Amino acid sequence: MINILLIVFTMSLLFFAIGNRLMTYVKILALQGVLLFGIAFYGLIESNLATLIIILLETIIVKAIAIPLFLRYVIIKNNITREAEPYLPNFVSLIIVTLIIAATFMVSNVIHDIHNHKIYFVVALSALFSGLYFMSTRKKIITHVICYVLIENGVFILSLAVGKEMPMLVNLGVLFDVFVSVFLLGIFINKVGDVLQDTDVSQLSNLKD
Amino acid sequence: MILIYIAASLLISGILFFNKVTIVRKILVLLFLLMQIIFTAYEFTHKGLTEFNFFKADALAILMLITLTIISIPALLHSYDYIYKEQDNRRARSIYYVAMIMLIMALSAAYLSSHIAVTWIFVELTTLSASALIFHRRNAGSIEATWKYIFVCSISLVFVFIGILFLSLALGDTNQETLHYETLIELAPNLNQFWLRLSFIFIFTGFTAKLGLVPMYTAGIDAKDKAPTPAAALFSSVLMNVGFVGVFRFYEIISHNPLHQWANHVIMISAFLSIFIATVYMLKVKNIKRMLAYSSIEHMGVIMLGLAAGGIGYYAAILHIILHSFAKSALFFQIGHIYKTYKTKNTYYIGNYFKYNISGAIFMLIAFICVTGMPPSGLFISEFYIFKALFQANYLYLLIPLLILLTFIFWALGRNFLKILFTPPVDFDESCIEKVNSYETLSQYILMGLVIYLGLNPPVFFNDLIQEAIKNLI
Repeated sequence: MINILLIVFTMSLLFFAIGNRLMTYVKILALQGVLLFGIAFYGLIESNLATLIIILLETIIVKAIAIPLFLRYVIIKNNITREAEPYLPNFVSLIIVTLIIAATFMVSNVIHDIHNHKIYFVVALSALFSGLYFMSTRKKIITHVICYVLIENGVFILSLAVGKEMPMLVNLGVLFDVFVSVFLLGIFINKVGDVLQDTDVSQLSNLKD
Repeated sequence: MILIYIAASLLISGILFFNKVTIVRKILVLLFLLMQIIFTAYEFTHKGLTEFNFFKADALAILMLITLTIISIPALLHSYDYIYKEQDNRRARSIYYVAMIMLIMALSAAYLSSHIAVTWIFVELTTLSASALIFHRRNAGSIEATWKYIFVCSISLVFVFIGILFLSLALGDTNQETLHYETLIELAPNLNQFWLRLSFIFIFTGFTAKLGLVPMYTAGIDAKDKAPTPAAALFSSVLMNVGFVGVFRFYEIISHNPLHQWANHVIMISAFLSIFIATVYMLKVKNIKRMLAYSSIEHMGVIMLGLAAGGIGYYAAILHIILHSFAKSALFFQIGHIYKTYKTKNTYYIGNYFKYNISGAIFMLIAFICVTGMPPSGLFISEFYIFKALFQANYLYLLIPLLILLTFIFWALGRNFLKILFTPPVDFDESCIEKVNSYETLSQYILMGLVIYLGLNPPVFFNDLIQEAIKNLI
């Protein structure tokens, strides 16, 4: 079951590559939140109850509901246009993401000592690298935040892979990170909208030497 | 004590945030300073004390904490004068003080933490409070700097987090589940090398955002340029130290593993590239604040080279980072005065500083001697030891290009500093000049005096603390 959920998660990355609208991205994030809920549930069912409840609440409330709603609110409030405006055509993105997944797959096959977490490793690393790729090829500031959440989702999967041995503290760390960064960035984008007319990365390239 | 300290800082910042009365704000800031001093004294007298399982006052933490406290006194006290009169909006000002206090609190806790995840959490907190400080002016430039800073630092901290996860995988068969630095140092020889290698790469890359090395140094430059000067003084000294503490503690672990030599090479490549990039930009930039920010990058590169060279380099690296903190923060305070006088940061429009502010100009001259590492500056001593360490470790092929690059940096700094002091400025209207009160320069002289004194005649306790901080390194 976990494997199915992880594979669906990887497919959502491919879907992200061909998505054209910001709302599609936000919906993908919500979907990933639900998938993470499932993965965490099946992965940690044997661990102690308190840890399980906190992580499940974190995935379902923060990742699947709060962050997508908040991003949606930011997009609507700032009248950000619906197009994602990638620099490269979607077809190229699709090929590159496929290549990233294939490459991480091959890399993790080389590693012997993986504690039977190979599939977690592949999914997490492909989410990380495709997140970085999306970040560098999308024009709007808000897509950078969305990609950041995508990367965080990948890291969350990685932390689930070692979650059985990891202390509670680190899981709280993920929550803290997502919560604070996203909300801060979101509030900040609201402010950017007040000063700059267009929330576009091209406006943010004056500081250089 | 640390819990009381954190709770009290949070309480003070909470009251400051809602407070509207000027006198209450001043009292609260003074109260915080007093608490910071008492806290530092407490940790200093209780060396080796573990509190709340996650904080330990070891020698490195105490050294960094004392440095932080000394710098934070002028930074907080001068904040009244540096914040512009025309932008004196009450809301922005209370956010500024809250962010300052949170930054100092997070830095203290990050220095003291003895668990890698706790360090990570407090470093994350420094990112948040620092970005509130960069955002203070609320114009297009500060928005851009804030955006870049939050973004690069968040991504870097995600890297650190991934590194911590890999580190827990490296523990693998040892059946240990805690990530306390002390436990990790004990277990270091048995850690799985593959995961430890990955972990080091990720953690080192992540912390370079704070430390100011290649590859993640970019965000710090814009931040120091756009933040108000007292904040920039903290960014260029104690905030960089937190990155150093993060890397140093991990380096202690890896130095007990066969990967030690490999880690040295990684650090050396990154440090040397940083010095190279700093040189290239310093020859070119006209903005005085950015120039100093690049100079910090150069110093961090020198420090990391000392760490990688080993031997006497360890001692010199710690000495250098402390002295650099004092020197650079004092210089940033002085840049605040220069900006007040000329209303610009471009060296093209700044000049003849002797005519307008004598105490500041004499300070700039001393600062130039100190920051470039000429005797009698303490930075001369530490740089000399670092060169010696590189020589002894047979890194001559690294030392020679390093010395050439440092000569270029010397020239670039000298050209700009001497221009500021002696050459008349272009299109400068003397009539509307704002006089700088010369007693405000006092704190800068004290800091620069410390740089010279600690280098030439380090007190015994200071020497002992440094020796104890590096005792875990092989």
